[in-house]
Amino acid sequence: MSRKLVIDGKEIEVEEGITLLQACEQAGAEIPRFCYHERLSIAGNCRMCLVEVQGSPKPIASCAMGVSDLPPNRDNSPKIISTQSATVKKAREGVMEFLLINHPLDCPICDQGGECDLQDQAIAYGSGGSRFAENKRAVEDKYLGPLIKTSMNRCIHCTRCVRFMTEVAGVSELGAIGRGEDMEITTYLERGILSEMSANVNDLCPVGALTHRPWAHNARPWELRKTESVDVMDAVGSAIRIDARGREVMRILPRNNDAVNEEWISDKTRHVADGLRTQRLDQPYVRRDGRLVPATWADALATVAQKLKATSGDRMAAIAGPLAGAEEMFALKDLFHRLGSTNVDCREDGAKLDPDLGRATYVFNTTIEGIEQADAILLIGTNPRIEAAVLNTRIRKRWRMGGLTVGVIGEQVDLGYAYDYLGAGGKTLRDVADGNHPFTEKLQQAKAPMVIVGSGAMARHDGRAVLAAAARIVIAATQGKDPAWNGFNVLHTAASRVAALDLGFVPKKPATTGVDTFVTAAGSGALDVLYLLGADDIDMSRLGSAFVIYQGSHGDAGAHRADVIFPAAAYAEKSATYVNTEGRAQMTARAAFPPGDAREDWTIIRALSPLVGHTLPYDSINVLRAGMYQHAPVLAALDRVSPAPSDVIAVLASGKGAVKDDPFHSAVKDFYLTNPIARASAVMAEMSALKKAADKSGVAAAE
Amino acid sequence: MLLEDKDRIFQNLYGFHDSGLKGAMSRGSWDGTKFFIDKGHDWIISEVKTSGLRGRGGAGFPTGLKWSFMPKADPRPSYLVINADESEPGSCKDREIMRNDPHLLIEGALLASFAMRAHTSYIYIRGEFIRERERLQRAIDEAYDAKLIGKNNVHGWDFDLYIAHGAGAYICGEETALLESLEGRKGQPRLKPPFPANVGLYGAPTTVNNVESIAVVPDILRRGGHWFAALGLPNNTGTKLFQISGHVNRPCVVEEEMGISLRQLIDEHCGGVRGSWNNLLAVIPGGSSMPLIPADLCEGLTMDFDSLSKLKSGLGTAAIIVLDKSADVVKAIARIAYFYKHESCGQCTPCREGTGWMWRVLERMARGEAEKSEIDKLFDVSKQIEGHTICALGDAAAWPVQGLIRHFRPVIEARIDAYQAAHKQAAE
Amino acid sequence: MAVRRLHPDQPHGFAFTPENLAWAKGTIAKYPEGKEASAIIPLLWRAQEQSNGWLPEPALRYVADMLGVAYIRAYEVATFYTMFQLSPVGSKAHVQVCGTTPCMLRGAEGLIEVCKRRIAEHPHELSEDGAFSWEEVECVGCCANAPVVQIFKDTYEDLTPEALDKILGAFARGAAPKAGSQIGRKTSCPEGGPTTLVDPTLYDGSQRGAWRARFPELQEGGAATSTQSDDKSKG
Repeated sequence: MSRKLVIDGKEIEVEEGITLLQACEQAGAEIPRFCYHERLSIAGNCRMCLVEVQGSPKPIASCAMGVSDLPPNRDNSPKIISTQSATVKKAREGVMEFLLINHPLDCPICDQGGECDLQDQAIAYGSGGSRFAENKRAVEDKYLGPLIKTSMNRCIHCTRCVRFMTEVAGVSELGAIGRGEDMEITTYLERGILSEMSANVNDLCPVGALTHRPWAHNARPWELRKTESVDVMDAVGSAIRIDARGREVMRILPRNNDAVNEEWISDKTRHVADGLRTQRLDQPYVRRDGRLVPATWADALATVAQKLKATSGDRMAAIAGPLAGAEEMFALKDLFHRLGSTNVDCREDGAKLDPDLGRATYVFNTTIEGIEQADAILLIGTNPRIEAAVLNTRIRKRWRMGGLTVGVIGEQVDLGYAYDYLGAGGKTLRDVADGNHPFTEKLQQAKAPMVIVGSGAMARHDGRAVLAAAARIVIAATQGKDPAWNGFNVLHTAASRVAALDLGFVPKKPATTGVDTFVTAAGSGALDVLYLLGADDIDMSRLGSAFVIYQGSHGDAGAHRADVIFPAAAYAEKSATYVNTEGRAQMTARAAFPPGDAREDWTIIRALSPLVGHTLPYDSINVLRAGMYQHAPVLAALDRVSPAPSDVIAVLASGKGAVKDDPFHSAVKDFYLTNPIARASAVMAEMSALKKAADKSGVAAAE
Repeated sequence: MLLEDKDRIFQNLYGFHDSGLKGAMSRGSWDGTKFFIDKGHDWIISEVKTSGLRGRGGAGFPTGLKWSFMPKADPRPSYLVINADESEPGSCKDREIMRNDPHLLIEGALLASFAMRAHTSYIYIRGEFIRERERLQRAIDEAYDAKLIGKNNVHGWDFDLYIAHGAGAYICGEETALLESLEGRKGQPRLKPPFPANVGLYGAPTTVNNVESIAVVPDILRRGGHWFAALGLPNNTGTKLFQISGHVNRPCVVEEEMGISLRQLIDEHCGGVRGSWNNLLAVIPGGSSMPLIPADLCEGLTMDFDSLSKLKSGLGTAAIIVLDKSADVVKAIARIAYFYKHESCGQCTPCREGTGWMWRVLERMARGEAEKSEIDKLFDVSKQIEGHTICALGDAAAWPVQGLIRHFRPVIEARIDAYQAAHKQAAE
Repeated sequence: MAVRRLHPDQPHGFAFTPENLAWAKGTIAKYPEGKEASAIIPLLWRAQEQSNGWLPEPALRYVADMLGVAYIRAYEVATFYTMFQLSPVGSKAHVQVCGTTPCMLRGAEGLIEVCKRRIAEHPHELSEDGAFSWEEVECVGCCANAPVVQIFKDTYEDLTPEALDKILGAFARGAAPKAGSQIGRKTSCPEGGPTTLVDPTLYDGSQRGAWRARFPELQEGGAATSTQSDDKSKG
């Protein structure tokens, strides 16, 4: 149904389902607003978006009025709406004046300055002077945790923050206490907020009441260089903007991407920024007499080349860590193959995935946006809230729409939405797969069922059987339904993983060999050289006397064990391709330069190659990418997800082996400390300690 | 001509007689109830429409018409919610109904609920009315015990009636704030549309009516819509509980015909204005939110919706606050401004920020500590609140201030002059 | 309204007495399943009554847990509604003086003076012996009986400073002064006797059944149906 309106003299036809504010925007009118936000419920409280509607004695808050709710004119002529009339202007000036009378004049020391909605709109609707002769209200600042700095005198009570926490983040922690002019935003007894999504409230705050504490007073927005990029803290691939000044990344903000993160990012994605400055590997190191000592690039490369040349292909191996970009993995695999080695693997956690089975067996086929179409979801061995916080908010969004059934096999934790807890481990999974569980029927009744397998479940010894069981459940649940709907989903936690699988960064026999056999071989002396491409999460104590090369950005476990360190750029300092859990290839952009002598990863491998007698045939990243795209064409399809042929799910389902009874555990133990950059961040360390303390005192249970 | 006793509905208004079931029945309550129910939903609505009854909570919306907005076939349950959050300063009528004539309300609740196909009704009573709540609960218990209401009652329409209560918030008298409060939240008004008849209590169709509106329904059905309509004036029909407070000799609550003259009401029932009629300064005719009317306009004034709105005021809850010439009218309105500042829920900007601003300016004006230019500023501020808020509290806060400026500007100016003169002297 | 804060000194825990717990369950049952939160105001109020007239913080959590409501929501409710006392009140009387215009016009300011003199200079401040506290409240809805104070469940109406002084004296002695009008009138009836409702036929039962006359079907020859409630009253 559509309806004709005349907005500011322009006749337009709009859908009935939209709000008057949206209709005005479609007509090209600009409607000022503070409380309205398209991803939150409508509060209608700021009253800034008032417009004049023919036949209504009062101006109407356009955000809260549905086009279909406008009473029709008697003669059925289109309603006439004015967004510019004198009445509207006067009303908005009144609202602006009310907002300003108790707002402090502290713009010069306010971090919101330059990106403040109130500041901007005061230009249009504010008066040059003030008629307010009384004292301004003073409000005590509130403690809301290490990420949120409050300056509550500035609060204009729009309640965006309260609505975000309650609706999107799914934790009822923020509220507005008191009433009238004494209404104040706070948490219960000023308890710090421990949601993984909490810092989004600072973005949503239209004024400087809530700002980012870790960046307080560090920079003015207009002096920052803004670079659009992609996050690598998890496998979601959230769209981000990296703001840098000089060589330094000052802050990370979300960008809108409806398909992935809408406009939210997790607290880790945002506040890992300080981790980009600390624990950095900024020059090569070579171990001499048991100690790592600084070295020149030439020295370090020569040392490694010498070792590689002296080692046969079957006695060397390479492992890619969670933050590795596709370009460097492609180059490293290429080099290893030229050195006669197929011993490469990206499955640092031991996930029993086999890319040879086909792409649909290792990606999140339904897509993140597709979650909104699902009506039943089975989570197997995953806690999406900490493994993929932004994806979890999408599940919550779907749940809030109503009509979604969620079942969980694994840890029983607060996910921010209600679910049927089916059981902890393998027995429950077998029951569901064998149709001996009531939830099987729920999946079968669903129009669009989803099964999500977590990294923790895939990495077990019986991971292959777990995947097979999940595939069987999907096949049974989707039989006879829309063939375009693929309900099989793998939820990765490592940003590098899908690209690595697309590139075939796995050994020749991926089912029987891999990271664990490499590590065991290193310990037993059957392997002489191990090349760690940002891999820090293997057990370094098991590597025996193997010669370890560590290439990466941060001094973490791998660097400590290394015999040679190649300092490399972090994700904010290079252009690299990452494929998110959905199979969506995206590219980061260089927002700053790597520190000291650190280099972009692919150039290090390229520089090493002539020294081992196998010069890689690419002198620029473009040439490298051309080769990479030939090798794995899906990587060329940037920012898109092409559905992977789903018939391979049946092959996966036929996998042999039994699922063991053991309980499933999430792959992520500590949300804040999942990778070397996060572990270098003081902010993440503080959040991690607070979360642990809160869990211990049982406060988290009160959420 | 005063209303005759036989035409009064609230026959135990002062509690001289038994307020219990037996007493109520002896005065004609619960008589014919089943007969009216057997006549059907539409018959009841039609009688109420015929009566011309306009809502007694302040806005004066036709009650029968409001009832007819309720869906006739809807899978959701329907609710009648009775607004007993009597909080408008000056108003104290529902209190008397609930403690002295509770069965009028209970019988009315059953009949109105039946008319709107509701099986459940909540009476939301202000938290301060604790004894009233106890009395009303006793009466409800009696009605349950006598199977007049409840499941499988003698009237053949299953009906549960519950009391809910507030805890000190004027705003909960606004119908959607009341629903929020009833659902266990802060009493912050909802955005409309949707209106309660579509999305009300628990998302279900709901009608919210004032206590008095519901309590007159049984008598309208027994005596006939035409009887009620014949009382009062056209479009302002029936009887009304008037509440007279302030500077009269004998403040009271009394049931009279709509359209009674203000002077007659005060002289006959309240022993006249303190001093004499000539000592009258102004009246606030319909509860604190209604703009005051100066004495010269009170002569010949009748108390009904239409004649008061002609004077840019309103009947509101028919709570008349009388100010004699000893009253400090600026201070009286400043105190009302404080009330609205205190009771603003804080949700929307103009009311949250504007009510405090108006109060502070008025407090200064009451002392004379202001500039004359601030009078126009104050008026302008009140105009920026009025009509720009989510609910009517913004209007309610703005109107009394506008009334003061409209009729008593010279008083404010004189106050400012006096203050400035005094301070000039002091400075010299 | 001033900023309302929880009291710095709080008891360690709170639980309803068995009687109050049973009552709470009955109250929750008034509301549909899944709408238990509706009972929050009555339950918090009962918790306040049980806690000597003020609402301690542990009671907030206790009631929130009972209703499945987030603590912050209970906190919002407790700070929004001004009848919730967030700090201790006088053990013998917490005097709530209505100060809104109808009461002000008839002398509420004099009553506040009495409170300041007898109890404490500031509202919400305990008297030295802890037995009394006072505050100015907004309209309590007894305007025709102004000025008024409310002390716990009762209102004391038609007051003068002298009358309030006496009432507070009685509370101090542990006596229970008579609630309602202090000038001897019945409720809001005009002082000196009613000007209306004096017709004895209103109260002799003669009104019962009078309504039947307007329905032809109830006249002789019509299909007279006696309602069951009629039967009951006859019986």
